Amino acid sequence: MDVEILSRIQFAFTISFHYIYPPLSIGLGLVMVAMEGLYLKTGNKLYENMTKFYTKIFALIFGIGVATGIVMEFEFGTNWATYSKYVGDVFGSALAAEGIFAFALESGFLGVLLFGWNKVSPRVHFFSTVMVTLGSMFSAIWIVVANSWQQTPTGYKIEGEGLAARAVITDFWEMVFNPSSIQRVSHVWIGSFIAGAFLVLSISAYYILRKKHLPFARSSFKIALCVATVSSLLQLVAGHASADVVAEHQPAKLAALEGHFEKDKAADMYLLGYIDTKNKKTVGLNIPGGLSFLTHGDFKAPVKGLNNFRQQDQPQALNVVFQTYHLMISIGMFMIALTLFACWHWYKDSLFEKKWLMHVFMWSVFLPQLANQAGWFAAETGRQPWVVYGLLRTSDALSQAVKAEQVVFSLILFSVVYTLLFALFIYLLNKKIKHGPSHPEEDIDHSPQLKSMANELGYTK
Amino acid sequence: MATIFGLDYQTLWFLVIGGVFTGYAILDGFDLGAGALHLFFNKETSRRIALNAIGPVWDGNEVWLVIGGGALFAGFPGVYAAVFSAFYVPFMLFLTVLIFRAISIEFRSKEAMPWWRKMWDVCYCLSSATIAFLLGVVLGNLLLGIPIDDKGNFTGTLAYFLNPYSVMVGITTLALFMMHGAIYLVMKTEDRLYAKLTVMVRNTTIFFSISILLLSFYTLLYIPHLSNAIRNNSWMFFIPVAMVFAIANITRMVAKRQYRFAFVSSSITVSLLLIIVAVELYPNMVISTASPAYNLTVYNSASSEKSLGIMLLVAAIGVPLVIAYTTFVFWTFKGKVKLDEMSY
Repeated sequence: MDVEILSRIQFAFTISFHYIYPPLSIGLGLVMVAMEGLYLKTGNKLYENMTKFYTKIFALIFGIGVATGIVMEFEFGTNWATYSKYVGDVFGSALAAEGIFAFALESGFLGVLLFGWNKVSPRVHFFSTVMVTLGSMFSAIWIVVANSWQQTPTGYKIEGEGLAARAVITDFWEMVFNPSSIQRVSHVWIGSFIAGAFLVLSISAYYILRKKHLPFARSSFKIALCVATVSSLLQLVAGHASADVVAEHQPAKLAALEGHFEKDKAADMYLLGYIDTKNKKTVGLNIPGGLSFLTHGDFKAPVKGLNNFRQQDQPQALNVVFQTYHLMISIGMFMIALTLFACWHWYKDSLFEKKWLMHVFMWSVFLPQLANQAGWFAAETGRQPWVVYGLLRTSDALSQAVKAEQVVFSLILFSVVYTLLFALFIYLLNKKIKHGPSHPEEDIDHSPQLKSMANELGYTK
Repeated sequence: MATIFGLDYQTLWFLVIGGVFTGYAILDGFDLGAGALHLFFNKETSRRIALNAIGPVWDGNEVWLVIGGGALFAGFPGVYAAVFSAFYVPFMLFLTVLIFRAISIEFRSKEAMPWWRKMWDVCYCLSSATIAFLLGVVLGNLLLGIPIDDKGNFTGTLAYFLNPYSVMVGITTLALFMMHGAIYLVMKTEDRLYAKLTVMVRNTTIFFSISILLLSFYTLLYIPHLSNAIRNNSWMFFIPVAMVFAIANITRMVAKRQYRFAFVSSSITVSLLLIIVAVELYPNMVISTASPAYNLTVYNSASSEKSLGIMLLVAAIGVPLVIAYTTFVFWTFKGKVKLDEMSY
């Protein structure tokens, strides 16, 4: 294998692994802000206990996120030196801003969040929790802005030629607010909220099924369900907005997402299917003219197909683009249905009676993870063969000084280390969940209507 | 050419990067040093106290490395690309060790089995020492120069990196961080562990003094380009003089048991060492051993002035904020370490 494919595999592997953690940090952070906010407002120990328990899980996730994140920052230079020289001037400033404004904020206050319970007042502690969450959200802004610039570059000019060519910034705000930034940042944020909320839902559902820490689990479940429902619905809007940007600015990618080949014809929207690359057609269940309708509001409007583009300007892995995109959408729709169904049962006061529903929620923790990964795979493989859309080809972006055997070495190294890391993560996460919140006797909400329930469950002193 | 205080943007950004890496060396330096000393503590409680002394701050300290890397990428993409692709294998090993260090800190306390804790203790200590050493080796290679061609591409082999000079810089860096870490820990501990650490402060100070002395002789004798700036500008001789006084002041303050001032002195030592590095390299950032014409300088590898101007503004707003909340965090956790239920 050549350096290009090896470097792409390594980047895909390390970024996919990394991307398990930051969305969980952002989402869990938000849920923790809600919990600690409730504690400050009501003074109820239950909420304090909740925050403390999820803080410990947060610490585990955050630690791995930082460790695997430094790898990403180094990899631009080690494997993609030409790319780094090409884009450095433009989004170097975005990365510098991320380091200074976002990353330093979250890591600095993390110490207070984790170890400061007895050192600072509850208000200052809450402030630290908010700062950590804001910090992780800020870092999502800058990194997604940088990626969005690669998808829809604006605010730059090109200087030099060939390998010495580079993009030079002409307008900072035009670079930051390039056509896809806002849509994609919101899409990523909401995806992260869903990931965090579903983690809390899963852990709570597990306790409810095991009949352990019940008041704790029920209350956390409801908080997380609110976040999950609102976010899943909002994601429909944000996702659609992102697709609109693709339709306008990356027509070749749009054609690949829906497997649309014919030149300037009305395009269908597929619910399920696959791309027959040999015969250049897509087979499956579709809404005729659906894509034309979604992008132009007219079932007969022409949409550019893959045949509009030269072979060397089309994404190569068509089925990866198509399948990951459709997987993401299906999961998104399922999560909307699931959370709305759960809310309806909450309204009818029968939320925790359906055992099967709790089972579904327990396993649903994987859904947002899958959807997040699939969405990024669609976005990034759909951008190929470009690393900066229309400007720099992925094959031209490599480090000239790096040889295939060096990348094989690092790829093996990362595979071993990350496998070990993942095994440890799962083991420790499982252990923390099994251990549960530290003071079960504090689980009891002493408000009158719950006292009888506490007696029934054997929580009395 | 746009200037602020008579300095052009390229030079200013060089100073920003120098400042960030100095901050990194001072901050992560003490927790790496504390880690390298870890196996010298025998009892479980001592190890826990030592680990919790750096517990709330090590992650924040490491961020300075991330900021430094980002600042280099942003301001000098040519240097970032050349150095990172040249040091491919050493950097991959560095990243692996960095990951192992992070997880040994996080995972050690999660199980009580003695073998589990011992395993992570060894992992933590060795990885801390290796990171300190590798940082020094990279610095040594940059000081010495590396074979790069006219396009900034590395043409040497892996064996090139472990030359005697770089190894000496690596050992000196390790010694410096161990001394710095021992002084930090002595501020954070009490009773018998404290007594033991006072001895360690003395030993590591001796270790560092010998290393820096040998390194200085070697540099003066064999690597003439690393003393040009000070030789040609005799007023700069005050920098090494100040450094010697700072080192002497460490021992003086330790004898007086004023550890806070000893820590300030060792931080000043770290800064002065890096100032010497900066004045000797400037305006070069990477020296090419193939031809001086291929050197990467702050001018031929910088981003555009427009971009540097934006980043200087970002830094002017951001750095004071970072310093403010770093100070807040350190102030929150000041004083001796007390173990509680949330500790490692």
